[in-house]
Amino acid sequence: MIYLQLFYEFFKTGLFAIGGGLATLPFLYNLSDKTGWFSHTDLTNMIAVSESTPGPIGINTATYVGFTVKGLPGAIVATLGLVAPSIIIILIIAYFLKAFRDSRLVDAAFYGLRPASTGLIAAAGIPVLITSLLTVDSLYALLSGGMTAGMIKWPAVALAVVIYVLTNFVKKTKGLHPILFIAFAAVVGIVFRLGGV
Amino acid sequence: MMKLLLQLFITFAKVGVMTFGGGYAMLPILQREVVENRGWCSEEDLTDYFAIGQCTPGIIAVNTATFVGQKQAGTVGGIVATLGIVFPSLVIITALASIIEKISHLAVVQNAFAGINVCVGILILNSVVKLFKKAVVGKGTLVIFLVVTIGALTANTLPNVNLSPVVFVLISALAGILLKNWGAKKA
Repeated sequence: MIYLQLFYEFFKTGLFAIGGGLATLPFLYNLSDKTGWFSHTDLTNMIAVSESTPGPIGINTATYVGFTVKGLPGAIVATLGLVAPSIIIILIIAYFLKAFRDSRLVDAAFYGLRPASTGLIAAAGIPVLITSLLTVDSLYALLSGGMTAGMIKWPAVALAVVIYVLTNFVKKTKGLHPILFIAFAAVVGIVFRLGGV
Repeated sequence: MMKLLLQLFITFAKVGVMTFGGGYAMLPILQREVVENRGWCSEEDLTDYFAIGQCTPGIIAVNTATFVGQKQAGTVGGIVATLGIVFPSLVIITALASIIEKISHLAVVQNAFAGINVCVGILILNSVVKLFKKAVVGKGTLVIFLVVTIGALTANTLPNVNLSPVVFVLISALAGILLKNWGAKKA
């Protein structure tokens, strides 16, 4: 029963992804490995679309993954699965708001959870960078085959450097909405045929 | 009651449409719609909900919507507000996804996504740097960050290993509790 599995996987994601939309990514890459419903490249494309359309990224990505797996019903099931734990947990907390805010145990748990969540997102982002900047399919292929200068996609590296500088160091552009950088990257990709086709 | 629920659904659907990216991008929109236009909660309440929404499981936008809805109309209100905020995503993404499915074989689309993927990688990197500055506040948290990053990378990379991120989440929550209590006893 694929709907049940879809609901269960997204329920788990909603329950354990802490720190907002991007925190769902490690769970989605894991889902891709486990089920083969979609590839890592598919997922990276879905993230790009989710960042460029209205709505919270986490919801958009869940909807997109669900749609890819099983059409509109899949999209609805995945989204409801993702939000169900939030609803349950927040409703409980809402009734004990003060006790929750003052709990030293909760505070201590989050002291450990915040760096872990950051680490999980980093581990999800590194393969995205490697496969978009080098001509390898995965980090595993890179580690087992070794790296040569011929593997580097120089135009992609140049684009990465430009976007990094624009989003971090140039005063006029660093506060701009991500959608503008995504649009810019799409145009560069088309003009310089970054996909190699 | 029905009118209030309808208002909750419409207001949060509106917030969903106007939010690009989620999280922090949503706060000013919530302030305008929920605090100023509707008067459903005070500025301080909203800041509280948002802070708790960030440090509880799930999507921050959904957590905040559930809070506001619950305050107005109990459990049903929380559910209706949440359905409101996810509704636009469902409509927009499913429409877009079916279009992209049809044109994804075109060379121009593949080249565009090759460029976009580079950008997504950098955007994730930027978010990690921002989160790192808040989350890594000493040796203990640095160790947790490094262990989880390397552990999760290894698990993602090795073809025969399938370790769920859940494992890292549970262990690090425990580590946080141990670190804090151990540090408190020492001091």
